[in-house]
Amino acid sequence: MTNAAVHVEGPQPSLQAHVHDAAAPAAHAKGQQHPIKLYLVVWGWLFVLSTCSFLVDYFGIQGNLRWSLIVLFMVLKAGLIVAVFMHMAWERLALAYAILLPPVLVLVFVTIMVLESDYTRLIRLLFFASST
Amino acid sequence: MAETALTATGESSARIAGWRGIAADWSSDQRAFKNVSWGKAMMWIFLLSDTFIFSCFLLSYMTTRMSTTVPWPDTSEVFALDIGGKHIPMILIAIMTFVLISSSGTMAMAVNFGYRRDRVKTAALMLATAAFGATFVSMQGFEWTKLIMEGVRPWGNPWGAEQFGSCFFLITGFHGTHVTIGVIFLIAIARKVLRGDFDVERRGFFTSRKGYYEIVEITGLYWHFVDLVWVFIFAFFYLW
Repeated sequence: MTNAAVHVEGPQPSLQAHVHDAAAPAAHAKGQQHPIKLYLVVWGWLFVLSTCSFLVDYFGIQGNLRWSLIVLFMVLKAGLIVAVFMHMAWERLALAYAILLPPVLVLVFVTIMVLESDYTRLIRLLFFASST
Repeated sequence: MAETALTATGESSARIAGWRGIAADWSSDQRAFKNVSWGKAMMWIFLLSDTFIFSCFLLSYMTTRMSTTVPWPDTSEVFALDIGGKHIPMILIAIMTFVLISSSGTMAMAVNFGYRRDRVKTAALMLATAAFGATFVSMQGFEWTKLIMEGVRPWGNPWGAEQFGSCFFLITGFHGTHVTIGVIFLIAIARKVLRGDFDVERRGFFTSRKGYYEIVEITGLYWHFVDLVWVFIFAFFYLW
C-alpha cells in the first residue's frame, strides 16, 4: 500500500531530475572516487595471497589441505579484485546480483560434469584396462 | 539531447537498499541499472558472458582430467625453471602472476586519476598497465616455446595424460589473447586520454559519441577481468 502511494507521488520529482540531468551532464565528473591508499592496500594483499598460494606448491603440501588452501586463496583474491578494483562493492545490489549470481550457477554444471567424468572413468577402467 | 539521455544516468542514487531495492530497481517500466551508464552495464554483461566461456574451458579441463585413467603430468615440475643453478618449481608462473596483479594495481589507480581529470598520470598509469600486460604475454610466449621444444603437443606430451597439451594451449592461449586485446585497448584509450579527448568531450571516430573519463573505468573493468581469469587458471590449472 505504501508502495502504491510512493508511485503515485513519484513521477513529478523524478521527471524534474531527468530534465535537470539532461541540462547538466556533470554527473560524469563524479564517478568512482576512493582514496589511492585503498588500492595500494588491496594490491599488497593480492601479492601476499599470491605468494601464499605459490608457497603451497613450493612446500609440496598435498591432499585436502592443498586443495582447500588453493581454493581459499583463489576466492579471496577474486573477491578483492571484483569488490575493490572493479568497484562492485559500491555498485547497487541490482547490478551486483545480476552479474555475480549467474556464475555461481556454474557450480551446478560442475556437479553434473563431476558425476559424468566419474562414470566415464569407471567405464574406461572396466573396458580399456582389461583389454590391454 | 538524445545522447545525454543515453549516457547520463538520470537517476539519483537515493533509492531503496537491500532485497527490496532489487525488486524496485528491476520492476516496472524502467531501466534496471540506475546509476550505471549503458557503457559500463554492457561491459559487465560482456564480462559475464566471457565468464561462461572460461568456465566452459575450465570445466572441460576438469572433466578430461577427472576421467582419464593415465596420470596427469606434474605441473609443479613441468613449469619449473632452473635459475642460477637452483631448481625452482612454478617460478615462471609465479612471476607472471605478480606481473598481472601489478598491472591490475596500476589500472585501478589510472581509473582514480581519470576521474580526478589528471590526464598525464592517467595515461602514464595506463601505459604502465599495458607494459605489464605485454611483459605477461611475452613470458607466456617463452613458456609456450619452452613446452613445445620439450615435446608438448595438443595430442600428447612426454609426461602423462595426452589431454594436458590441448587443455594447456586452449586455456592459456585464450587468456593470452584476452591480455593482448586488453593491451591494444589500453594503448588506444591512453592515447585519447593524453590527447585530452575526454576533457573537451571530443567525439569518437566510430560511434561519434562524446568521450568521457568513464571509458577508463570500463577499460579497467576488462583488464581486471583478465586478471581475475588468471587467478582461476593459476589455481585450477597450475596449482591443482
